[in-house]
Amino acid sequence: MAAILDNPDLRFAFWALVKCVVILTAMLGVVSYLIYVERKVAGHMQARTGPNRVGPLGLLQPVADILKLFFKEEFIPDAANKIIFHLAPVLAVIPALVSFSVVPVGPNFTVTDINVGLLLFLAMSSLGVYAITLGGWSSNNKYALLGGLRSSAQMISYELALGLSTVGVLLIAGSLSLVDIVRAQEHVWFAVYQPVAFVIFMIAAFAETNRAPFDLPEAEAELVAGFHTEYSSMKWGMFFLGEFMNVITISSIAITLFLGGWNGPWLPDSLKFLWFFLKLGVLLFFFIWVRWTYPRLRYDQLMNLGWKVLLPVALANILVTGTVIHWLGNR
Amino acid sequence: MTLNMGPQHPSTHGVLRVALELDGETVLAARPIMGYLHTGMEKQAEYKTYTQSIPQTDRMDYLAPMSNNLAFCLAVEKLVGIEPPPRVQAIRVLLTELTRVASHCVWLGTHALDIGAMTVFFYCFREREKILTMYDQVCGARLTASYFRVGGLAADIPAGLLERARRFVDEMPAHIDEYEALLTKNPIWLARTRGVAPLSARDAIALGATGPMLRGSGVKWDLRKAQPYSGYDTYDFEVPVGASGDAFDRYQVRVEEMRQATRIADQAIRRLEEIGPGDYRLRDYKYVLPPKEQVKTSMEALIHHFKIVAHGFFPPRGEAYHAIEAPKGELGFYFVSDGTPRPWRMKVRSPSFVNLQCLSTMVHGRLVADVITAIGSLDIVLGEIDR
Repeated sequence: MAAILDNPDLRFAFWALVKCVVILTAMLGVVSYLIYVERKVAGHMQARTGPNRVGPLGLLQPVADILKLFFKEEFIPDAANKIIFHLAPVLAVIPALVSFSVVPVGPNFTVTDINVGLLLFLAMSSLGVYAITLGGWSSNNKYALLGGLRSSAQMISYELALGLSTVGVLLIAGSLSLVDIVRAQEHVWFAVYQPVAFVIFMIAAFAETNRAPFDLPEAEAELVAGFHTEYSSMKWGMFFLGEFMNVITISSIAITLFLGGWNGPWLPDSLKFLWFFLKLGVLLFFFIWVRWTYPRLRYDQLMNLGWKVLLPVALANILVTGTVIHWLGNR
Repeated sequence: MTLNMGPQHPSTHGVLRVALELDGETVLAARPIMGYLHTGMEKQAEYKTYTQSIPQTDRMDYLAPMSNNLAFCLAVEKLVGIEPPPRVQAIRVLLTELTRVASHCVWLGTHALDIGAMTVFFYCFREREKILTMYDQVCGARLTASYFRVGGLAADIPAGLLERARRFVDEMPAHIDEYEALLTKNPIWLARTRGVAPLSARDAIALGATGPMLRGSGVKWDLRKAQPYSGYDTYDFEVPVGASGDAFDRYQVRVEEMRQATRIADQAIRRLEEIGPGDYRLRDYKYVLPPKEQVKTSMEALIHHFKIVAHGFFPPRGEAYHAIEAPKGELGFYFVSDGTPRPWRMKVRSPSFVNLQCLSTMVHGRLVADVITAIGSLDIVLGEIDR
């Protein structure tokens, strides 16, 4: 044991593993309670009470939900492409988890601080689209196929706006490492310097995570359940876990890039992660709030918004930011 | 690609099936296919006395049972040539206008739900619930009221109903504001409904559309004004019309109709408060059951009671058609009587059935998502389409 702790490589691997387990457990716990919070908040917004039967205040509802999912019959359509059908839900969950590994939760708490953290996040969020597209395609169902097609188009268009909106931040921070970006916001949040980019990022984040008003891939009113029409049991649950994890991950990235990450007054360094979680809570509430307030956009309107509004605005924002930085640098 | 939408689909509002010919997501043709809820109500009516058919009418447009009752009773009353007393008419107006509000609440809730705004749905159902509670008070049933009878009502309105209705009418406009706050100026709602599923006034008339479908297209035609019944000519209300006939116009027409319906209900309550207690049915015992206490004291009343209960009343030979402005449009009943207690033929002119025929005109060349908006803004009930 001592030998292991002496070897720096092994020590790093050991701590990384510990952090992974902590993050993974925390993430799953947060996700299941996020679902509870979503239902509870939705309930109160809709003049209902939300879940309140399982456990005190319905707090055991997530446990019951997940248990129920495990006991449900797993149905696989005969004409489905079995391998891909099995693979798609896995693909929905893993990228969301992986991209969380670069999120700096506290000053000394990030699974890995790689110097291209932001790129890793962007890469992982583009992988998420495969889950939906493949899930929709492999089900061999017309509704699922339409859902899958919609999502691939949607995610590709919004990926661009999402990526471009982060460039402004990069220009200011001068680093792709998320830890460095957070440290650069010690005094002023980047949302102040980059309000336009922040708004674009948030809009694109809604589209990336398939949340209302951009939940077209699963638009239940039109496409029954969209890409996951044929999914049942825990496979269906995995898609939902993936969706909620994505919401958490993308909110964390938004906090990291624009809202100062763990930075906040009063608390000592060891407790600064509380600021992070407070901000996360606010953003998650925002996600839920929007979902239960807005109707859904139509497919073509969504594409118009992505290509004709968000993309040019994001490009203009980069141009302006670059010019200003250049001008300031020359003085 | 041919996409079979329904009969089991979350937003075809019941068991409507639409066969869609698609090119990508563009609709080339939409063919509604009906018959999944066929109950043979028209045929069944030929084997029932007139009174026995009233419960059937509840099950046609099950979101507006009182309106169906009213249309049925008015048609039979026309056939036999009687008219109920003013108090009964005011009660009928009150209840059918509340029904209009309830029906439009369901329409708005489900329409918004189809477009993705889920919260409106719950708000609308909260108010509808209050109306259903009033139904419960007057007749003991929340959905299948069967409250109106030929020549009157099944029973008098219970104590406390008017106060409850008054409270509801007073608070409803604020609730309608609440729905509108969520939708009317919401850019996404506007993008989803404005210019979507248009129906020109010409097409609307040619296809026989009635009710908000017709008025949304800008034709000012409301049977309550055009062919007043139940004393509607003595009530003060506006008939809202749209301009371009798109889904948003129909939305605005229906929302305004909810406001006007509460206005009419308000006047009906005031009228009922003025009249005070009184008869809840006509004293024409050839067609209307005599009061129970008379049945036990008067030989003649007992005979009438026995005759009506044993084989129903005998309308004269002939035919009659009467239509009302139901929440969904012109709802008419047509009777051919051969002088027996059972109609020789009953035909229902149901607004949903006729309005549904507008669907293919409205969605041609548009997107799949617009089909949902179109079906939502048609406001159909399958029970009424298939009968």
